[in-house]
Amino acid sequence: MSPLLLAYAAVAAALLSGVVALAADRFPAALRRGSFTLLGICGLAAVAGGGEALLTGQRSTAQLPFGLPWLNWHLRLDPLSGFFMAIIGIAVVAISFYGPGYVREFERTVHAHGTAPADVEPHTHPRQSLAALGLFTGIFVAGMLAVLLADDAFVFMIAWEVMSVSSYLLVAYQHHNPANRHAAFLYLLLAHVGALVILLAFGVLAGFGGGFTFDAMRAAHLTPVWASIAFALALFGFGMKAGMVPLHVWLPEAHPVAPSHISALMSGVMIKVAIYGLIRFTFDLLGQIQWSWGLATLAIGTATALLGVLYALTQNDFKRLLAYSSVENVGIILMGLGLSMIFVATGHPALAVVALLAALYHSLNHAVFKTLLFLGAGAVLYRTHERDLDRMGGLIRRMPATALFMLIGCLSIAALPPFNGFVSEWLTLQAALQVPVLASGVLRSIIPIAAALLALTTALAAATFVKVYGVAFLGQARTRHVAHAREVGLGMRAAMALLALLCVVLGVVPTLVIRLIEPITQDLLRLRPAAATVRGWLWLTPVSPHVASYSAPLVVAAMAFTFLAGYLLLHRRGRSARRSQPWDCGFGGLSARMQYTSTAFAQPIRKVFAPVWQIDERVEKVQTSPTRFVSMRHHLHVGDWSWSAAYQPIGHLVLAAARRVGRIQTGSIRVYLAYSFFTLLLLLWLIT
Amino acid sequence: MADNLTEWLFAALQTLLFIGGAPLLSGWIKRLKCHLQNRAAPSLLQPYRDLAKLFGKDVVLAQDASWIFRAAPYVVFGAIMLAASVVPLVAIPLPTAAIADVIVLVGFFALARFFQALAGMDIGTAFGGMGASREMTVASLAEPAMLMAVFTLTMTASTTNISVAIRHILDAGLVLRPSFLFALLSLAMVAVAETGRIPIDNPATHLELTMLHEATVLEYGARHLALIDWAGMIKLMIYAVLISNIFLPWGIARHLTFPAIALGIVAIIAKLALLAVLLALWETVLAKMRLFRVPQFLGFAFLLSLLGILTHVILETAV
Repeated sequence: MSPLLLAYAAVAAALLSGVVALAADRFPAALRRGSFTLLGICGLAAVAGGGEALLTGQRSTAQLPFGLPWLNWHLRLDPLSGFFMAIIGIAVVAISFYGPGYVREFERTVHAHGTAPADVEPHTHPRQSLAALGLFTGIFVAGMLAVLLADDAFVFMIAWEVMSVSSYLLVAYQHHNPANRHAAFLYLLLAHVGALVILLAFGVLAGFGGGFTFDAMRAAHLTPVWASIAFALALFGFGMKAGMVPLHVWLPEAHPVAPSHISALMSGVMIKVAIYGLIRFTFDLLGQIQWSWGLATLAIGTATALLGVLYALTQNDFKRLLAYSSVENVGIILMGLGLSMIFVATGHPALAVVALLAALYHSLNHAVFKTLLFLGAGAVLYRTHERDLDRMGGLIRRMPATALFMLIGCLSIAALPPFNGFVSEWLTLQAALQVPVLASGVLRSIIPIAAALLALTTALAAATFVKVYGVAFLGQARTRHVAHAREVGLGMRAAMALLALLCVVLGVVPTLVIRLIEPITQDLLRLRPAAATVRGWLWLTPVSPHVASYSAPLVVAAMAFTFLAGYLLLHRRGRSARRSQPWDCGFGGLSARMQYTSTAFAQPIRKVFAPVWQIDERVEKVQTSPTRFVSMRHHLHVGDWSWSAAYQPIGHLVLAAARRVGRIQTGSIRVYLAYSFFTLLLLLWLIT
Repeated sequence: MADNLTEWLFAALQTLLFIGGAPLLSGWIKRLKCHLQNRAAPSLLQPYRDLAKLFGKDVVLAQDASWIFRAAPYVVFGAIMLAASVVPLVAIPLPTAAIADVIVLVGFFALARFFQALAGMDIGTAFGGMGASREMTVASLAEPAMLMAVFTLTMTASTTNISVAIRHILDAGLVLRPSFLFALLSLAMVAVAETGRIPIDNPATHLELTMLHEATVLEYGARHLALIDWAGMIKLMIYAVLISNIFLPWGIARHLTFPAIALGIVAIIAKLALLAVLLALWETVLAKMRLFRVPQFLGFAFLLSLLGILTHVILETAV
């Protein structure tokens, strides 16, 4: 089948899965069996269509007779959109395995009518419409796919809005919780501000190009100033969706409160659609890239990465932490894009290709491991009804399979060799290290600083995920629910296994992945990364073999050899190790409460980087005498500066302005009639 | 092909030399410290005896230890061994250096540390978590400083392959580069922090509240502890070899001929012995820092390495 046909099939299957789900309130099996199967088909079709577009490197275009009378829908599938379509497909396939098990949670609450214990979060509300969940999920996936297919601004904006609104409805799914309603409102508001700005960016291009089709925009000749304005608008609009600092505040609110498989789609995939938009707009539509854009993107990306990881580190809510870590990874992707723009603008296309590869590779990697981590967090939530890390512990014994897959996810996101996160960060660093070729002294001094901060980000990410894994899965259980958790079902495990396997494969054979991505750089930069695979599939050599090389397969082989040798030499067969109590300083009675908590783990780093957060820390003591405490309470709130420094002032300003304008509203009908009369007079005067 | 095979064989031999020689270096440092502190010194071979003793013992595991706790020593040792195999010790021709460049080397250290920290948290005691938290804090500040320091070198040599870079420096002859001075200082400070030496951590202490590295391995015994201790010694040797072969590469064998290799072995022994004297002196005259002074120490190292890179970019590249 042609790739475009497969893409249609994917969109149709997604929409159909939404329609099938309409019956789910009466027949829950419709959602589990019908809707998720169709989503699986949608995902497979997306992977196949995107993969075919990538492998053949062809562009296929079509016009559908919908839309405005003078502007039919222009669709197009080229390697770039194919790549992102495959990313969506992978996540959707995983969801289709995971969903049937996970939505039982909401099924139970429909039928049980509140008989479940009231203190457990997902049970607090008796009725949650399964139909709504399935319907909006289908529309959401279809919307994301349609954004990738759009070849004119009109279809793009419609698809973009469908994606935003349907995901808003999913964020608001558990709307009985006031915090969720607040998060959903914030998301809707900012998504629309972002969409408006994107519309303006397209408007600039359409004004010069004389049409809303992307082809007309490509042909437009913009003056440098207008091109910069268009780029700034696009960076703002797409950056808002992607979670760029300081526009990120909605992301850690909205992503975690949706059902976990939706969180996975939003954090793993939807922000990639925004990255796609930025790449399409900048590299394809605008053309003539200026180095100052690259510098701005690099600077914002660096800040996003560093602040994102620092905020992630101090979170105790599992899913919120993952959402902040998405902010960090978007920063890393933006750094790659920024470097690529700088190299393009200064006339080093070969290096620009390396940086673009790094950004695209990291988009793929982040989609895989972030989806995996969110699904794992969902599995824990499903079995324990806990999102607070400080109430978990010891899950590796209760949920061994989930724990193994999560370990792979944590190793990948912490950028450790030989997993996939490492490859893309290695490529980004390699691109940054090529700065001596640049003529400008400013760039040559700024890029190394960005590389240093990327190294810092990576190290902090490792600390963050040691914390996550150590507190949640290792040690002893801190609460009763956690102590009695059971492993999740086969489907949910299969979804995580699939993604964990992908994490390993993408890390071990990077050269094959780069061969797949090649047509995109050919399309956008007219150049293939010729040097990257010059020594065969075993060696990754982005710039040239003597500048840098990395052979993940050999690393894995050497590691396997070491472990095998160690096991054969040292392991005593037929003798099991004796178990004993750990060292308790001679006091006796170690309890689960004595373990290091997530808060405690982050404390040294919180102290080192204290100015980054808005920390409110108090200790309340009740004392009867100077030596005797009755009780002690430690209160800690770690806030986000951008909230109080940027959003609250703007919010207050808007409210104050609204109050001023509100004065003309007197409530008296005569005054309103007078307004109408004077307006009419004014208009008559204007048009005559 | 035969030539190639010799190179690979030599790389394997060199790795074995690394693994075998690391306890000797530790023994030598311990001896020097004892002499400096007027104590009776143990034999040079004492670390080997300690390792042999630990390997012979039966394993006792903590009650709540999971498979992570049992796997971690093997991962730690394996990762450090891989790191050792990509650092040129006595000769520059090192085909393994192409498998993993200097960024991957730092990645290997990070992998080892990740598992060490997980193992610390696995048993569910306060010490393990404390050690893991502190170790990750120190590492998250030290790792970027280390990367920046080696980036100065790699930008000079325009490669991240360590053996190619060393050859480049050797070919350039004796040139005084201000950027290298900064990088050397920074790398030395990072090495002190990363290998758990005074003033960051004290390898000899088991005083509970001041432990960093020791806290994460407190529950280990027998062959597990032996592997972790041995990995620690190899790590110390890797840093020592990196510092001596990058900043003073003279003497290292350029080709795999017998006299060149013999000279290379003598040269590296001399360099390491000298470096050990400096380390022993440093550890004798300094006292351990408070934990919250450590970020300042490492922040200083980070700034030095950044200065190094900026000096290189501004002063040493002619455009």
